[in-house]
Amino acid sequence: MKREVKRIPMPVRYFINAALLLAFLLAVNYLIGNKTISGFNAKIIMLIGINIILTVSLNVATGYLGQLPLGHAGFMAVGAYASAILMKRMGGSALGMFFIGRGFEKAAMEATIFPLGMLFGGLVAALFGLIIGIPALRLKGDYLAIITLGFGEIIRVVILNIDSVLGFPLTYGAASLKGIPKTTGFLNTYIVVILICFAIHTMMKSRHGRAILSIRENEIAAESCGIKTTYYKTLGFVASAFFAGVAGSLYAGYLGLLSPGSFGFMKSIEILVMVVLGGMGSMAGSVISATVLTALPQILLAFDKWRMVVYSLVLIIVMIFKPSGLMGTYDFSLSRLLEKAWNRLAFGKKTEKGGAR
Amino acid sequence: MKNNMTLFSTMVNQIINGLQSGSIYALVALGYSMVYGIIMLLNFAHGDIIMVGAYVVWYAMTAFALHPLPAVLMAVAGCTLLGVAIEKVAYTPLRAAPRISLLITAIGISFLLENSAQLVIGAGAKPMPSIISGAPLVLGTVKISFTAGITLLVSVASMAALTFLVQKTKMGKAMRAVSEDMGAAQLMGISVNRTISFTFAIGSALAGIGSVLYTCAYPQASPTMGSMLGLKAFVAAVLGGIGSIPGAMIGGFAIGLAEAMVSAVGLSVWKDGVVFAILIVVLVLKPTGIMGRVMQEKV
Repeated sequence: MKREVKRIPMPVRYFINAALLLAFLLAVNYLIGNKTISGFNAKIIMLIGINIILTVSLNVATGYLGQLPLGHAGFMAVGAYASAILMKRMGGSALGMFFIGRGFEKAAMEATIFPLGMLFGGLVAALFGLIIGIPALRLKGDYLAIITLGFGEIIRVVILNIDSVLGFPLTYGAASLKGIPKTTGFLNTYIVVILICFAIHTMMKSRHGRAILSIRENEIAAESCGIKTTYYKTLGFVASAFFAGVAGSLYAGYLGLLSPGSFGFMKSIEILVMVVLGGMGSMAGSVISATVLTALPQILLAFDKWRMVVYSLVLIIVMIFKPSGLMGTYDFSLSRLLEKAWNRLAFGKKTEKGGAR
Repeated sequence: MKNNMTLFSTMVNQIINGLQSGSIYALVALGYSMVYGIIMLLNFAHGDIIMVGAYVVWYAMTAFALHPLPAVLMAVAGCTLLGVAIEKVAYTPLRAAPRISLLITAIGISFLLENSAQLVIGAGAKPMPSIISGAPLVLGTVKISFTAGITLLVSVASMAALTFLVQKTKMGKAMRAVSEDMGAAQLMGISVNRTISFTFAIGSALAGIGSVLYTCAYPQASPTMGSMLGLKAFVAAVLGGIGSIPGAMIGGFAIGLAEAMVSAVGLSVWKDGVVFAILIVVLVLKPTGIMGRVMQEKV
């Protein structure tokens, strides 16, 4: 006997989610605006946003595609430097002057060039992802890990030393790139976070996303089903690099200065810890672990000294006892929760599982 | 004529430098290669075992004012024990787990060692008391420093001992059998667990020797000293063909020489970049390296 299970229609589901996110954005923005959330805490919230983007972007390559790239900080660095250089140049260029000439404030002008810089950072990182991905994705497992690690280190060494080759200052090497317009605020960070999470979510629900998942499950079987594995692996890798580049450009606008030292191997591992802890293949897990692992050392300042020791212990313990991460591949869905509650009210008892969708 | 002579001696000196660092890379690369050959694990923590060895020497010589020789022996023993302990605690429970979990665990161990050292001993580099000293060997215009000579001698001797161990002893035969086919080796009555632990012990002991030689060349110890050294040694192992013992030796010397050449032409800031570029070229053109076996992929 088939039982009627009421489902919330799709437009309504989307509307509920959008309304809640909008309420969250406006509420936090208001609280930051009237200083209920202090400037220091607002900074932490922005950093959490940037780390969420980094984590969900690495999750595309690690959780969904099933590869283990260890050079994610390299893509972040490329995006950060590309957008920082562009934003700095544009600020002083004819375009910037054009805006200021039209009565724009300096801050408003910078806010206008910010999306351009971010897009540019993402695209340059995606280009690097393509260049690196094509040779790297021919390899598997540990070899892929080590070749991406190599590329990540090369990116860092090049950023550090490129000025002496070019003959003019571009990245300012170890002296760090200063004076980047501080364009990253709460609202634009979280709008980008939501857009990226939405983009990844819809991509993974699409035909292309299913193809990417099938490669994770069994590459040979996927290939024999007619999936172009090379194409989809590259697609996933480039998407991951693009989002990392966007996170990098947000980071550039957040700090206002960049130095190559902050994009080392250590940073790549930090992002990996967030992905692994949350659960490889779970976006909700990525968001939660990025939030907790970013906020924790800031709240418990004494913990900062212990942070990396605890990170590494957590990594080992999670791998030994629950290799799929805390959330596994489970993803949180508000509408599923609502449906469950609704059906329980309507039928008076527990209904069957609606199944993943 | 005189110019040519100085050019010649500079070249030879650079080659000797390259051989000195190359033999250290080779010793460390052997550990990577042996472990990879036997359980297909890229042991990220291997480089950090070197760091622990260096700290043992430093601590024994400064806190207890020990003679260098017992300090060195303690370091090698400490590295061996640490390697086996890591294998027992972290890698054995994951023998059946997917390779990616094992790799992430290895990264975790590496970070645990580095950050614990930083927490306990401090982030700064500790100056190392001199372990060996002696007059350099002078051959015409070429001067071979005492440490370079000892380094080469010790590493060649260790490699010879390792080759004997692997080729001529019963344990070596077991190691080769397990790396060939773990299941079949077990059916033949070989204790797989003991063989794997033994492999870790040998690899870590070689890393211990490498750490002592490294601190002779660069007399300081710091928490992150092992990570770059380890990565470069890994590149050497890949270049030589991972899983192959002679390959690791050749790869180590090749990486050392390549670094020395890059420094000799005045581009030492690009040294790390060149090593990783070599890695990428090898992986793209011939992933099995110089001496590696071709792995057949089974469905």
